Amino acid sequence: MPQTAVAPVGTFPAKRELTTEPRFSDRVFRGIVTSGALSSLLILGLIFFFLTYQGFSVLRSQGLHFITGSNWQVIQDSAGNIDPKATQFGIAAMLIGTMLCAIIAIAVALPVSVLSALFLNFYAPPFLKKIMVSVVDLMAAFPSILFGLWGFFILMPSAEYWAKLLHKYLGFIPFFKMEVPIFARSPFVAGLVLAVMVIPIVTSVSREIFSQTPLDRIQAAYALGATRWSMIRAVVLPYGRSGIVGGAMLGLGRAMGETVAVYSVLNIVYQVNWHVLLGAGGNVASMILLKFGDAGPEEVKALMAAGLVLFLMTLLVNSLADLIVARSGGKGR
Amino acid sequence: MTITSVIRPQKPWQASPSQRLISALVLVGAIATSYLIVAITPMKGKLAYFFMFFLVFTLFDFIFHLVSHSLPAAKDAIARAVVVLGISVAVFPIISILGTVFVRGYKGIHWGLFVHDMTLNSVSDPINQGGLLHAITGTTILVLVAMVISVPLGILTALYLTEVRGRFAKPVKFIVQAMSGVPSIVAGLFILSAVVYTVTKSYSGFVGSLALSILMIPTIARASEEVLLLIPSDLREAGTALGGTQWRTVAMVVVPAARSGLVTALILGVARIAGETAPIILLTGGGDAVNGNPFRGPMGSLPFYIWKAWAVGTPESITRAWAGIFVLLAIVLVLFILARFLSERRSSK
Repeated sequence: MPQTAVAPVGTFPAKRELTTEPRFSDRVFRGIVTSGALSSLLILGLIFFFLTYQGFSVLRSQGLHFITGSNWQVIQDSAGNIDPKATQFGIAAMLIGTMLCAIIAIAVALPVSVLSALFLNFYAPPFLKKIMVSVVDLMAAFPSILFGLWGFFILMPSAEYWAKLLHKYLGFIPFFKMEVPIFARSPFVAGLVLAVMVIPIVTSVSREIFSQTPLDRIQAAYALGATRWSMIRAVVLPYGRSGIVGGAMLGLGRAMGETVAVYSVLNIVYQVNWHVLLGAGGNVASMILLKFGDAGPEEVKALMAAGLVLFLMTLLVNSLADLIVARSGGKGR
Repeated sequence: MTITSVIRPQKPWQASPSQRLISALVLVGAIATSYLIVAITPMKGKLAYFFMFFLVFTLFDFIFHLVSHSLPAAKDAIARAVVVLGISVAVFPIISILGTVFVRGYKGIHWGLFVHDMTLNSVSDPINQGGLLHAITGTTILVLVAMVISVPLGILTALYLTEVRGRFAKPVKFIVQAMSGVPSIVAGLFILSAVVYTVTKSYSGFVGSLALSILMIPTIARASEEVLLLIPSDLREAGTALGGTQWRTVAMVVVPAARSGLVTALILGVARIAGETAPIILLTGGGDAVNGNPFRGPMGSLPFYIWKAWAVGTPESITRAWAGIFVLLAIVLVLFILARFLSERRSSK
């Protein structure tokens, strides 16, 4: 029987077909949004691809020596061509410098940040907390060149004095030994500037984690007669431990990739230097900036390879940090 | 019988006047003792005063609490002192930075800064000649072009994470987090290898903006995601219940509801890149003349100007660098306060 447009009285119109299929407009919308979201994946992939592509010849000719060696010299033969046998690119000295500066930064920043986060969450009166949170967040938005100039003109004179004190009283520790007394522009100063830069990052991550501490456990601790400090030690710190570690690694990643601030305060010397107070060192990022200005085509390729190593290192540290931060919370005693 | 006395709420935890007097005495005693110690011993300097005061105060407070209360209370007193020390160490650099920039920067600020560029002057000329016009216009153009690229991508990413929630939601979230940690110099090198060496063969403002967008996208995406997550699901359900497709619900309900938050995300992104220096040095070429065309010719910018003036190192050029920092910091501060103001208003509604 053919369907009529008007249903006869007493019968119902045919059931509308229900479907979860999205409409055409929605499919277009989802397609656009998805491709927009995948753009960041694409960008990261392209960064990896192009840096590898440019640095590949150097990586192949230098092999593992690129990471383990610490010579950086472009040797030209009499005709002005680059001699591939004698030319050496090794970034070990700069890798060590990167780690040294970043570790000093975290060693200084971590206690300060955790204490600040504890203050903001558990000690500060509300009005002070609001102001302080804004101030710390503001500091995270400061441009790095500002930290560089401030570090060079303001922090360095004081830091030099502190370095002398450290050398005088703790000189027996191998790291603080000095053969030549050059205290200016040392990895120690660079580490302090980096510490100032990462304090806001680590503080805001720790604050976030601490503020998620279950209130019932806090109140339970108080009800059992705990003082504020014993409550923090028994409840907050165990709960937030992995979050603190994640925040510290996030800061480490930031400190490893910092260019301009390190370049401004550090005396970049291409040598392996374990003495943190000695005024010579460098990190990969600032080395790239320094060498880039007068680099020939072959050297630029080596710098690209160095950029690739830096990229992979920061990516690794940041991903680990994110995993740790994401997993933290919901645990504890 | 009627109750004659009104029961007052009591606060037994509040410090009594005598306790306050004792704490004040502890404070005064600590100041005096630390002053004496620094005066007698060979230590000198503000830092010595500060730390000696801290040590002595902590010790006095510890003893006082040990005598008047108990060991746990005394430990609590130490912890409080250490935590306050932590926040002071964290905040001190900010005050120092703001103070330094103001004191050293305002000497270099004059009206000519905003109407002249540096074509006829070198950075070592007296400070009242030449200006920042090329740098300010350059930074504005760089930021605007970067915004045009990264605002759509950032907001689309956030919409994907909150609205579409497709198959790739987890990896995309992870990637965005990882991308926010990409060092700025790597972004610069990437654009150099992918665009400058292969396509344009020359430095320009546009390639600088490309590198800045790489740094800006994750900032915008994360901030917008946070905002969109705060939009109550009721609104989305209401939109769908009225017969809207997902696209119409998002475009006409969710995004308008999150508008001020998205603007905040945008401002945070701009603040993130406005002072970014390393990729600018690698990519833009940094001219001294006003250049309105991002696709052709070197483009000056505030970070580059500061960098150049600082590297020259004469007293005039360093004053110029501080003046440049002053302007840059003022821009960042205004943006930041604007972002705070907008998000405050949103949360109070």
